[in-house]
Amino acid sequence: MRDFVYERPQTMAQAVTLLRGGDARVLAGGTDLIAQMREGRRSVGCLVDVKAIGELTGIVMLPQGGVAIGAAASAAAVSRSAPIAANYPAVAQSARLIGGVQVQNRASLGGNICNAAPSADGVPALVCHAAAAIIAGPAGTRQVPLEDVFVGPGKTTIEPSELLVSIVLPPPPARSAVAYLRFTPRREMDIAIAGAGTYIRLDQQGVIAEARVALASVGPTPMRAPSAEQRLVGERPTPALLKEVGRCAAHEARPISDTRGSADYRRSLVAVLTMRALGDCCGQLGIDLEASST
Amino acid sequence: MKMLITCTVNGEERTQLVDTRDTLLELLRDRLGLTGAKEGCGNGNCGTCTVLVDGAAVCSCLMLAREAPGHDILTIEGLANGEVLHAIQQAIVETGGTQCGFCTPGIVLSAKALLDANALPTDAQIRHAIAGNLCRCTGYGKIVEAIHSAAATLGGR
Repeated sequence: MRDFVYERPQTMAQAVTLLRGGDARVLAGGTDLIAQMREGRRSVGCLVDVKAIGELTGIVMLPQGGVAIGAAASAAAVSRSAPIAANYPAVAQSARLIGGVQVQNRASLGGNICNAAPSADGVPALVCHAAAAIIAGPAGTRQVPLEDVFVGPGKTTIEPSELLVSIVLPPPPARSAVAYLRFTPRREMDIAIAGAGTYIRLDQQGVIAEARVALASVGPTPMRAPSAEQRLVGERPTPALLKEVGRCAAHEARPISDTRGSADYRRSLVAVLTMRALGDCCGQLGIDLEASST
Repeated sequence: MKMLITCTVNGEERTQLVDTRDTLLELLRDRLGLTGAKEGCGNGNCGTCTVLVDGAAVCSCLMLAREAPGHDILTIEGLANGEVLHAIQQAIVETGGTQCGFCTPGIVLSAKALLDANALPTDAQIRHAIAGNLCRCTGYGKIVEAIHSAAATLGGR
């Protein structure tokens, strides 16, 4: 490994100044970055360890509602956070899917985002919750929808001179639910062959007023499935509808074939996982799908 | 670049010259001579390098030595009280929960982090806690049995 400078700034302003140097990279949990550096897959001149900056490690309820998850907060801290567990259970559950206990104690959701693996398990539930990424840089702070951060495998719209500060989740609307399901050959310590996150919000009559479907591991980036979302809106959930929406999502997926699974297999998984995640949402909302099938 | 760092290892404050590139595992093994933690995969999959940092299990191969100051690190060498084994170590001995022994230090520390947080874990909770520790001899049954037995011993005190 090439020698580098290690910096541990105490403030955001110091971190942004250090990143101006170019050859710098933000260090949060290091579970991707340190492995990449040691294996010679990434060369870094300056590591900027952001774990001494409160805004990056805290999980804070916002006065206007919602929560800000510091980009460097560990997956373990996210999954153990009482407000996350109470208001965003699918986010807490997703955080428990990233690696094993040792990795979850270090890895952050911000790192899961910035590493931009198409298979990132932390991302779909956040996208379903309409998460925004708060990004700081030399020109100040900007806010973008989380899904717009991803460009391709390992590539994001976050510039080398910028850093992800936090992920902001709006308050979950009434009569809404989110679920994320993935498929792995092993129950733990595995990378998803496919994953599907779903969000639905019902109106007072029980009709779906809003929907989001976010897929993992079936395209160059985590991706939405707009046709599946459109098919849900205006309908009451039934087993037939959920199955059809699963097929819509499978049609939108853009998977590749690799050692972990063929493209056809991944599409089939998307159909089933989307249907089941929607079923999970219905369960959370107290909808009896069997009764609705008539 | 080399510099002095100070951190707590097995209850003792240690000051040591480290290279910026040193992982915590290299600090422990190569500079402090604590070879209980092993390097298996070097990328966070196998868990043989597991140590406890402020009580939490982490892969020491994925943490820099430079990140250690201010933290309390426990390795397998710091677990027994002199000649008296910790209850988890004793249970591993009694159930035969070890074969080649390469994964054992990491498994024992993962089990300690679990039992410190959850005195009476279920089978599923034990298996989840050690999912990040691979035993290539595949002797998981006796390891899980040992952790149950240690929980009973510790809970009975």
